Amino acid sequence: MLHILRQIAKCGIKTEPPPPPADEMVTVARLQKKILRVLGRALTIRQIDAGSCNGCELEIHALANPYYNIEGLGIRFVASPRHADLLLVTGPVSKHMAIALKRTYDATPDPKLVVAVGDCGCSGGIFGESYASLGRVSNVIPVDVAIPGCPPAPVALLQGILAAVSVAAPAAELDAESAAALRTEPTMGSGVARLPEGAAELAPDAPAGEPPARVGDPP
Amino acid sequence: MNVSPLGVSSATLACPVPAQRCPVNSGQLLTACRLAWEQGGQLAALWASDERDRERGFCVHVLLRDRDGLTLLDHTLPDGGARYPDLSTIFPVANRMQRAAFDLVGTESDTDDPRPWIWQAAWPIDQFPLRRDFAASPKWEPGEEDYPFVRVSGDGVHEIAVGPVHAGTIEPGHFRFQVVGEKVLRLEERLSFAHKGIEKRFETLSIADGSRLAARISGDSAVAYGWAYAQAVEAIAGLELSQRATWLRALCLERERVANHLGDLGYLGNDGGFAFGLSQFSRLKEDVLRLNRRVFGHRLLMDVIVPGGVTHDIAPESTAEMRTQCASLDREIRLLRDIYDDHAGLQDRFRNCGRVTNELATKLGLCGFAARASGVADDLNRDGDVAARVAVRFDEALESLRLIDVILDALPQGDIIAALPRFREFKPALGCVEGWRGPVWFALESGPTDAIRRCHPHDPSWQNWPVIEHAVIGNIVPDFPLINKSFNLSYSGHDL
Repeated sequence: MLHILRQIAKCGIKTEPPPPPADEMVTVARLQKKILRVLGRALTIRQIDAGSCNGCELEIHALANPYYNIEGLGIRFVASPRHADLLLVTGPVSKHMAIALKRTYDATPDPKLVVAVGDCGCSGGIFGESYASLGRVSNVIPVDVAIPGCPPAPVALLQGILAAVSVAAPAAELDAESAAALRTEPTMGSGVARLPEGAAELAPDAPAGEPPARVGDPP
Repeated sequence: MNVSPLGVSSATLACPVPAQRCPVNSGQLLTACRLAWEQGGQLAALWASDERDRERGFCVHVLLRDRDGLTLLDHTLPDGGARYPDLSTIFPVANRMQRAAFDLVGTESDTDDPRPWIWQAAWPIDQFPLRRDFAASPKWEPGEEDYPFVRVSGDGVHEIAVGPVHAGTIEPGHFRFQVVGEKVLRLEERLSFAHKGIEKRFETLSIADGSRLAARISGDSAVAYGWAYAQAVEAIAGLELSQRATWLRALCLERERVANHLGDLGYLGNDGGFAFGLSQFSRLKEDVLRLNRRVFGHRLLMDVIVPGGVTHDIAPESTAEMRTQCASLDREIRLLRDIYDDHAGLQDRFRNCGRVTNELATKLGLCGFAARASGVADDLNRDGDVAARVAVRFDEALESLRLIDVILDALPQGDIIAALPRFREFKPALGCVEGWRGPVWFALESGPTDAIRRCHPHDPSWQNWPVIEHAVIGNIVPDFPLINKSFNLSYSGHDL
């Protein structure tokens, strides 16, 4: 125990001051005032990898290290979209993840924010659009802030996340309806809209379909 | 392996390690695989290609590795209706690769397992993306398949479905647990959610541009992939790399290994309920990434390795900085290792958790550090549990620090990059690099006008994912994250 305490004391506090929000990353400023009123400075984030190479995930992990200490800013990563204020989405959105991403978005309570992460999340990146990739996140769900970079460094991620909740852009004055009209419209087909809600995080209570097979049944 | 008893001809294959290429018929394919297995060889990769434009139907490529080097068996199927022998009876790991080859190229094996593996209803099931006449339609919308998971029934048995959106910041995949109480009876993985058409994308890029895509197949292994791709390109070109460029690549690879092991050691502590470990190791990892940024211009070292050499040379002051960092990391890692080893609660979680015996590891072809933790290709008696994988990660992180020091001491002088020639002919080559997770393979065939005719990257996760299904049996559900993290496999590198 003593050597653990000694190590903690020796390391001291490594946390650096947070960067200022980056206004230029805001793609659509909507509902800012209302969201700020609801959230204050406590923000919960649900991260979704919609098909990335995992480079962005590594940098998102880094936000939790003592240098960036994102929890010290009142921002927390949560396990369910139902507990989230903001979806942090990396891409490109693979076709295989499109339905899960849409369901996760639907399962997130309003008001909600979406931040697209990385060159792939912003534009499809090197993978682009193909038989297997839908490209940028805003092709599937509305996006408020886009953070470029391959992958974006943790400081850029922080700037983008802070921009999503703290930018007082003129559009923030708009009412909910006109702000909604400003959003990037998803271009994915209508098939998605008919999908049942929820089930994104597939909790243990997810509905079971057919009756169970016996042990040893062939696949 | 010696293929002469099979009566097949063999030709040398361009590759940095000894490699041969043999055309085989179906009988010879099966015999060669059996022979390789009996002599301790393993299946490294299996993929297929569409050769109809060269009047050769389809070709199934089977890459075997043993102590002598690599053997690539090329088996030609005259048309889409022909089948090839099911190799999963010899190498169980072939099962998913064969299913993937069918989903992407339409080559069928004699298997009794017709389930898709990469296909998830995003394109019509009778269309094969890696065929040359494949044309994607904008009308195809994401769909949902009905995957036949195996269910277990009995008193109190229930099912837990997890994913593809996970509770943590990890890649997408689906796990189906059959449990009684909290004990796992069976786990079935369903991957390919991160499938984004990488192999097809390669065919639209020039050989030089392919390097950028290669570094983004699995972001945590950008160096290993970048290097393996560059190896294949340089083998095709017959390009001799300068000593300095090779050593700088090795430096990057070891720094990537250290960074990944540090990150995972932190998360392993955290998953064992020891948050102190995460904050300590994530601090050390950040130090490594920041120095990467200063020395090589990129935190994850993406695009530092390009065909022909490396993009960044190191200045004397960077050398000094890396040396200082190595010394301080070595000291801190040893200290933290003592803390992990002495922590009763942590050891209680690590020991006997997610065990993979040496026998199982060999049978399933487990590779990389996870195989070494099960005592494969190693005289040490390792337990194959989470504790063993943690121990191997500590050992390898420290060894990488030693290697970095050695590299910095003896770094040869010279150029760091050479010009690539133009590529004018069809020529196949292989690249392979032992990344932090295990061996990363690249099979590349050039075409005229600097084009990529076919490119197949192969991640060690193909070999190791099926092993996790076995490692969790009999463990409790809450130990799954710990077991999973102890392997930390790539989804993107596997799904392509």
